Amino acid sequence: MSLDLVANVVIAGVLTGLVYGLMALGLSVIFGVVRVVNFAHGEMMTIAMYATTVLFAALKLDPFLCILPVAAAFFVFGYAMQVGLVNPFITRPEHSQFMLLVAVAIIMVNALLMIFGPDARNVQVDYQLESFEIGKILIDKARLYSAGAAVLAALGLFAFFRYSLIGKAIRACADNYLGARVVGLDVKRLYALTFGLGSLCVAVAGCAMVLLVDVTPALGPAYTLLAFVIVIVGGLGSMGGALLGGVLIGVSEALAGLFIVPSAKSMFSFGLLILVLLFRPQGLLGRK
Amino acid sequence: MRAHAALAVLAVVLLALPWFAGSYALSVATLILYFAYTGQAWNVMMGFAGQLSLGHAVYVGVGGYAAGALFFHYGVGPWAGLWLAILLCVALGLVIGFLAFRFGISGVYFALLTIAFAEFTRIGFDHLDWLGGPGGMFLKVAQRDSIDLLNFRGPPAMYYYAILALTAGAFALCFLLLKSRAGYYWQAIRENEEAAQALGINTFRWKMLAVAISSAMTAVSGVFFAFYYNNLFPEQIFHISRSIEIILGPIIGGVGTLFGPILGAVVLTVLSDGITEGLAALGWEIPGIKQVFYGIVLLAVIMFLPNGIWPALARRLGLHK
Repeated sequence: MSLDLVANVVIAGVLTGLVYGLMALGLSVIFGVVRVVNFAHGEMMTIAMYATTVLFAALKLDPFLCILPVAAAFFVFGYAMQVGLVNPFITRPEHSQFMLLVAVAIIMVNALLMIFGPDARNVQVDYQLESFEIGKILIDKARLYSAGAAVLAALGLFAFFRYSLIGKAIRACADNYLGARVVGLDVKRLYALTFGLGSLCVAVAGCAMVLLVDVTPALGPAYTLLAFVIVIVGGLGSMGGALLGGVLIGVSEALAGLFIVPSAKSMFSFGLLILVLLFRPQGLLGRK
Repeated sequence: MRAHAALAVLAVVLLALPWFAGSYALSVATLILYFAYTGQAWNVMMGFAGQLSLGHAVYVGVGGYAAGALFFHYGVGPWAGLWLAILLCVALGLVIGFLAFRFGISGVYFALLTIAFAEFTRIGFDHLDWLGGPGGMFLKVAQRDSIDLLNFRGPPAMYYYAILALTAGAFALCFLLLKSRAGYYWQAIRENEEAAQALGINTFRWKMLAVAISSAMTAVSGVFFAFYYNNLFPEQIFHISRSIEIILGPIIGGVGTLFGPILGAVVLTVLSDGITEGLAALGWEIPGIKQVFYGIVLLAVIMFLPNGIWPALARRLGLHK
């Protein structure tokens, strides 16, 4: 096996991993602030992917242009979901929150199945077949652009949380719930904004991911698990950790597909998850 | 008194069911009891001791495959396989429990650890050719009308009585457990682990006991599953949707209550079958529509009855607790 092949596979894994990372970033932001694990996360990702295929088929809109309408719709959807469904569950026990989001996930997967059927859908644009050549290294254009979009979205979110007043207020809620209320922050509204932002990450990741894989309704639960693995490995609630975790999982999946059977690839992800949970439960970049 | 009379009537109806119910009703009743039993097993860990496991399918799967493989490869019946299943599942449960509790993993993290173990095992079994791999393992089905107790082969009524006995046994066991020292310690740990520890309870040991009992009970349900359905696929038996299916009943019925898992299993199975029938009658047979309705009902129950149906019903009926 040549070194070039391995290099190619690793680069593809890193780029796909960045898109995974953005998806997981959404989960991490929601958990970090609202302290609710979104068990419908992967299902939301597939909804964004289907939305992109529909816009592409109907309007011939490039998937990267689809990001704007899909992300806007998802922000509103996430905001509404937090206000309508999740807020009343904030103080309930974990298994109750879990049930709520599992019910939402069941509805989402099967609504997609009803509307689109079980067959795979995709988008086809010409740059999917093209690639950049650097020596013997080939980089798929679509994959590079997708990773670029994911990184831009993640940077935007970092900047929002670091510099904007609302971002700082949201971080204050995450750090100290009681303190945030004492200084007069509208915590419920900030939670809703956070869920909206987390959904927005998923939307961007979904628009980018549809260029790389075909979408089926069954992909939803698999992505939910993948997002869990990534955020735990990176550190639940840590933003940089989510991206790092995404890249690690992307590369390990790609290498497992190359050296062992492709169907065993997620076994390594779950193995990695178990090891991280045991030896560094706060995640690679998480704080205690 | 009225409650005792109601229980006696229920027992008579359940015992006589195979005589008047058709084969379809009997299979539904068997399914309800299967979920009631498995839910009761999960409830020991979550409802009593407060440890949220989202990977209970791993015990059903390992238990089912252990007894199934002994029968498939060596023709050894489930009475021996049962012990192997229990042994393996308790060992697995104790490993997961030891790692989690020693390393201080709790809450959401514990739940995710149990999912990770179940998924890891699922993919592992997919690559074990000795157990059939993804193509599944099929147990030989003998004559359906003669009863072969030694190999647990027989007509549907035999399986019905077996799972009825298991459910009744699990109910009695849980009743006794709740009244025992372990039951009180578990509830103390569930409500406030630090306080329990401060009172001198060795929380590690009692949590491990809960995991051991729960995994042993679930192993038995795996053996039943293997010999009732006669086929095992890693993709199905270990899948996270199976783990969710197991815990929906007790959560809908009432976590930590004795009747919750049973009531939840009845409500969910009847609901699921009712939706199927109703949609078929209306002629709406689009794939996925049934689960959408199911999800909406789940959502409604969890929103309006946060503690489950049983506590609300018991209050309405004037039964205390």
